[in-house]
Amino acid sequence: MKYSILQGFLVLALFSCRGNKQPSETPIAEPGKEVYTKYCLACHQTDGAGVPGMYPTLQKTDWVEGDTKRLIHLVLNGQQGEITVNGTVFKGVMPAHQYLTDEQVADVLTFIRSNFGNMAAPITPAEVSTERANVSGR
Amino acid sequence: MMAGLLLLTGCNKPAQTPRLTADPENGGLRLPSGFAALVVAENLGHGRHIAVNDNGDIYLALEELNNGHGIAALRDTSGDGKADETVFFGDLPGTGLQVHKGYLYFAHDTCVLRYKLLPGELLPDTRPETIISGFTRQYQHASKSIAFDTLGNLYVNVGAPSNACQTADRTPGSPGMDPCPILEMYGGIWRFKDDVADQTQEKDGHRYATGLRNCVAIDWNTGVDKLYVVPHGRDQLNQFFPQYYDDNDNANLPAEEFFLLEDGDDCGWPYCYYDGQKNQKVLAPEYGGNGDSIGRCSGKKDPILAFPAHYAPNDLLFYSGDQFPEKYRNGAFIAFHGSWNRAPMVQEGFNVAFVPFQGQMPSGDWMVFADGFAGSGPVNNPGDAAHRPTGLAVGPDGSLYISDSVHGKIWRVFYP
Repeated sequence: MKYSILQGFLVLALFSCRGNKQPSETPIAEPGKEVYTKYCLACHQTDGAGVPGMYPTLQKTDWVEGDTKRLIHLVLNGQQGEITVNGTVFKGVMPAHQYLTDEQVADVLTFIRSNFGNMAAPITPAEVSTERANVSGR
Repeated sequence: MMAGLLLLTGCNKPAQTPRLTADPENGGLRLPSGFAALVVAENLGHGRHIAVNDNGDIYLALEELNNGHGIAALRDTSGDGKADETVFFGDLPGTGLQVHKGYLYFAHDTCVLRYKLLPGELLPDTRPETIISGFTRQYQHASKSIAFDTLGNLYVNVGAPSNACQTADRTPGSPGMDPCPILEMYGGIWRFKDDVADQTQEKDGHRYATGLRNCVAIDWNTGVDKLYVVPHGRDQLNQFFPQYYDDNDNANLPAEEFFLLEDGDDCGWPYCYYDGQKNQKVLAPEYGGNGDSIGRCSGKKDPILAFPAHYAPNDLLFYSGDQFPEKYRNGAFIAFHGSWNRAPMVQEGFNVAFVPFQGQMPSGDWMVFADGFAGSGPVNNPGDAAHRPTGLAVGPDGSLYISDSVHGKIWRVFYP
C-alpha cells in the first residue's frame, strides 16, 4: 500500500515536471563549462571539435588561442559566410550572443581557451565590457 | 559474323551485373542478405548528389571546388564497375544533379545550369546553358536540389535561411516572426520549365509547396507521377526553450517527415513540427507551443511516414530499376547524412534507408538498407564519421549508386 502511494507521488511528480522541465541537477564546477553546455555545445559539440563543413573546431586554433578582441567580437556579434579554421572551410552561421553577460562571455571564453587542447590566458569581464562598448560605439 | 555481332552488342551495352565482383566486406557497407557492393571511386572531394547516364557514365556534384572544378565525371571502361577515367569540369560547386532529356542539369546555390551531353563522350559540352539564375546567396540551407516531372517541369528546393523563423535567429527564447516573411521566397518548392533559359524565381517560379524548411531530398516518382520530399527538421529545441525540452527531448524531436506533395500544400514550417512519438504536428515554441499544444497546426499537411529526429535526409530516390528483388521495385531509398544536433547524445542516422511502396503510399515500415558508412563504434561527433551518405542514383542495369560527403567515395550496390 505504501508503495502504491509512493508510486502515485512519483507519477504526480513526473507529470508536474511536464511542460516545465528543470535543468539538470548535476553540479558543474566551472561556470564557463555551464555556459558552454547551454549555449555552445549543440553546434561545437561536447569535445569542441565542431561539425565538418558547418561549425568550426575550437581545438588548437588561432581563432581561439590568438587575438582576444577578435574572439570576443565573434561571440558578441556572431558571423556568417565562409570562415577558414585550421585550413578547413566552414559555412554555418554563428548567431550573435549579445544577451550573454560580460561575466558569461569571459567565463565561457576562459573555459574554451583552457580546454580542448588549448592553453591560452583567461579573458576578464572587463575586457568583454570594453569590446562590447566598442561594438555599440560603432 | 557472329563474333562481330557480339562485339557490337558488347560495345553498346553498359557493364553487365554478372561481371561485377563485390569488394571485400562490400567496401565497408552492411547490406541485406543477397546484396553486394563495390567501391567505384574515392577521394573525389566533398560529394553531393550523383547522376548516372544511360550509358553508365557517372557524374558527382561537389560541395567545394576540387582543383577549380565542381563536377566529377567517371567512366568504367573495363566493365568491372570501377572507374577507369575520371575528369573534372564546371566552374561552380553545387548539389542538385540529374540527367534529363540529353542534358546534365546541375544546381549551384544561386542558379540551375545544364550541360549538353555528347554521344560517346564522358565530358559534356562544358559551356553550360543557364536555366534559372538569381537565387539569393544564403548562409543557411543554401544548396539547391532538383527534380523533373514528365510534363516538362523542373522543381527546385529553396531552403529557408533560418532555423525556425525566430526574430533573432537561433537565439534563446526569441519569438517567431508571424507571419513568417521568409516563406515568400524560401522554405518551399518552386516549379519552373525544364527547357526555358534564363528563368528567375520572381518572374517564372511557381511556389508549388510551402512550409518546408529545407528539402535536400526530393524526387519525382514516375510510377505514380507525384512529387515527394524529405525535409530537414528544425534544430535546438532544448537550447532555445529549456523550460519545455531537455537534452533527451531534443535528441528525439522533431521527426524527419516524408511528404507526398500536391500543388498548394503547406507542410507547417516554421509554425509547427512533427512529434514522431505522438504521431502529430505540434505548435513550435517560437509560436506559443509548449511541446503539447497543437493550435494552428491541425490543418497542416501530414507526412506519409516519419523517421527519427535529425537524421538529415540528403537524397531521395524512387527505385525504377529491375535488378533488385520485387520488394524494392518502385520503393524509396533515402540517404541520411547523419545527425549533429543530437549532442550531447550520441549521433545517429549515417545510413541509407528503404521504404516499400504500393502505389502512392508506403506499404510497410522503413528499414535501414545500407549501413556502416560511419565506421565501427558510436559516433559521438559527426566529425568521427568515416563517411556520410549524401547522394543516390540508379544505373541503367538497376544498380544503386551512393555518394559520400566526407571523402567523395562512390559505392555501387548490386544484387548478383
